Amino acid sequence: MSNLILTPNIPGADDFYAELLATHEGLSKAESDALNARLVLVLANHIGDRAVLSDALKAAALSKEDAA
Amino acid sequence: MNQISDKKIFEVPLYSYERSPDQDADAPVRRKVVVIGAGPIGLGAAIDLAQQGVEVVVLDDNDKVSFGSRAICFAKRPLEILDRLGCGHEMVAKGVEWQLGKVFFDERQVYEFNLLPEKGHEFPAFINLQQYYFEEYMVNRVRAMQAQGAPIEIRGRNKVLRVTDTGDHVSLLIDTPEGEYKLEADWLIACDGAGSPTRAMMGLDFVGRVFEDNFLIADVIMEADFPTERWFWFDPPFNRGQSALLHKQPDGVWRIDLQLGWDIDKEEEKKPENVIPRLKAMLGEDVKFELEWVSIYTFQCRRMEKFRHGRVIFAGDSAHQVSPFGARGANSGLQDTDNLGWKLKLVMDGIAPDSLLDSYDVERVHGADENILNSSRSTDFITPKSEMSRVLRDAVLDLSEHYAFARPLVNSGRLSVPCTYDGSPLNTPDALPGGPARSRPGSPCADAPMGDGYLLPHLGDRFTLLTIGAEAPDSLEAEGLSIQRLALDATPEVRERYLGDAASAVYLIRPDQHVAARWPAYDAVAVETALKRAIGKE
Repeated sequence: MSNLILTPNIPGADDFYAELLATHEGLSKAESDALNARLVLVLANHIGDRAVLSDALKAAALSKEDAA
Repeated sequence: MNQISDKKIFEVPLYSYERSPDQDADAPVRRKVVVIGAGPIGLGAAIDLAQQGVEVVVLDDNDKVSFGSRAICFAKRPLEILDRLGCGHEMVAKGVEWQLGKVFFDERQVYEFNLLPEKGHEFPAFINLQQYYFEEYMVNRVRAMQAQGAPIEIRGRNKVLRVTDTGDHVSLLIDTPEGEYKLEADWLIACDGAGSPTRAMMGLDFVGRVFEDNFLIADVIMEADFPTERWFWFDPPFNRGQSALLHKQPDGVWRIDLQLGWDIDKEEEKKPENVIPRLKAMLGEDVKFELEWVSIYTFQCRRMEKFRHGRVIFAGDSAHQVSPFGARGANSGLQDTDNLGWKLKLVMDGIAPDSLLDSYDVERVHGADENILNSSRSTDFITPKSEMSRVLRDAVLDLSEHYAFARPLVNSGRLSVPCTYDGSPLNTPDALPGGPARSRPGSPCADAPMGDGYLLPHLGDRFTLLTIGAEAPDSLEAEGLSIQRLALDATPEVRERYLGDAASAVYLIRPDQHVAARWPAYDAVAVETALKRAIGKE
């Protein structure tokens, strides 16, 4: 297993979540989908660690074997 | 159609039909090697064998070079192979070199790039050259070899009707303008293209269809002075939902590829009244141009399960087919024949066991899979298969306009790079601690400056012991082969490409300029063991 952090790690979690919602405010579904896609790519590049990215993809997919 | 009037090289017979004495023989004549197809791959195979003194007869159902430009982008490795075959420099002299590319999305340019090829190589990273010139120069090479008495022959308008592998030889039934005749061959190399009649006659499968698409290919002679750059469009206004490519060729000819999708009426799309408005939308209403050649190109990504079937060996598009993105067709086909030529010669001479030819299968299937993987990924980027893959693709393109990080994700074709035969049974495990990964066993040798010239012309056609700061005999005999040593100075390029962190190195190089084994110092037993392995004796 890589160093993918799946425990609370964002200081001011509520602030972050509000900022995420605010960024999407007023956007159409298509615009929001595009924004999310860009955000994923920006964050993935920042992480840059292939093993962490693979584990993040699996974690996000909520596949059974990784649910534990 | 705006066809230009003077005759093009592809309209003139280059190897007209001539009656061969074989057609009048009482019993079928047995030849050493017969190659079917006088395209770039068939000619490459034939020249390689004839250079080694192997008698080879090339049969082609036509008598001219390829019609229209077809393959136009040739990479460094095939140029190096052609140089070994004696016709690399002609290609470079005629070809157009390019380094700058521009990527457009919708109506705007999102970024541009410079290939910035590594210095210290004799051949450029890529040239653009029409396939008909490519074939013409190879035919010229065949003629020059014939003048020197090389055992090589091209028979135009010789169409193979039947192929039978008897186990002991291959027997062929051939049709000509003067009727049929029979011919036998110890070995048959089928280089008869993606639609390979040989493959069909032998009832062999062409499996793994991954992708289907159509491209309108137009060669246009333009008066406008466009720069020598590769321009690629994703989803442009003049070809909505599809891609487009503009690329320069010699003689003021421009290649334009317009992706059309799968479900189209090919005959309709090819008509000038449909082609010209598309090109005007792309180039601008005011640009004056003439159409030299228009074609619809359909491709699939697939390969034969095995490239070797007894005494019949497939090479090039007959064995594997990829999408055009990345220029991996002709480029990989020449790597096939590069891999095959020396092996076949050693087997024919009884120096290597027949099973050495199975390593052609292993190594070139590996190469084909790599090409199919790369070109399939390009295709998936260029033509997203789902709504979300389009959203992600567009996100990459939008980001690439603003941030450098997204640019490596843009995939308009990963240009052909030579295959490293990792895991090949001919490799000896890497024994050079600190050696650079790029020259590990299985790798093609990287060129480097050497004296007034370059390294690669000193390698190939035979096994070579390359030494850098290490002692070794100047020549040695083993396993029926004589190996010459080549001592290299540790220049900065040699250090970077062959030494890495090692203080000295000894490389065993195959006749196709791939690394078979490497060590920090010479050891007679280790070299002999590696040699045995490299010719399939282990």
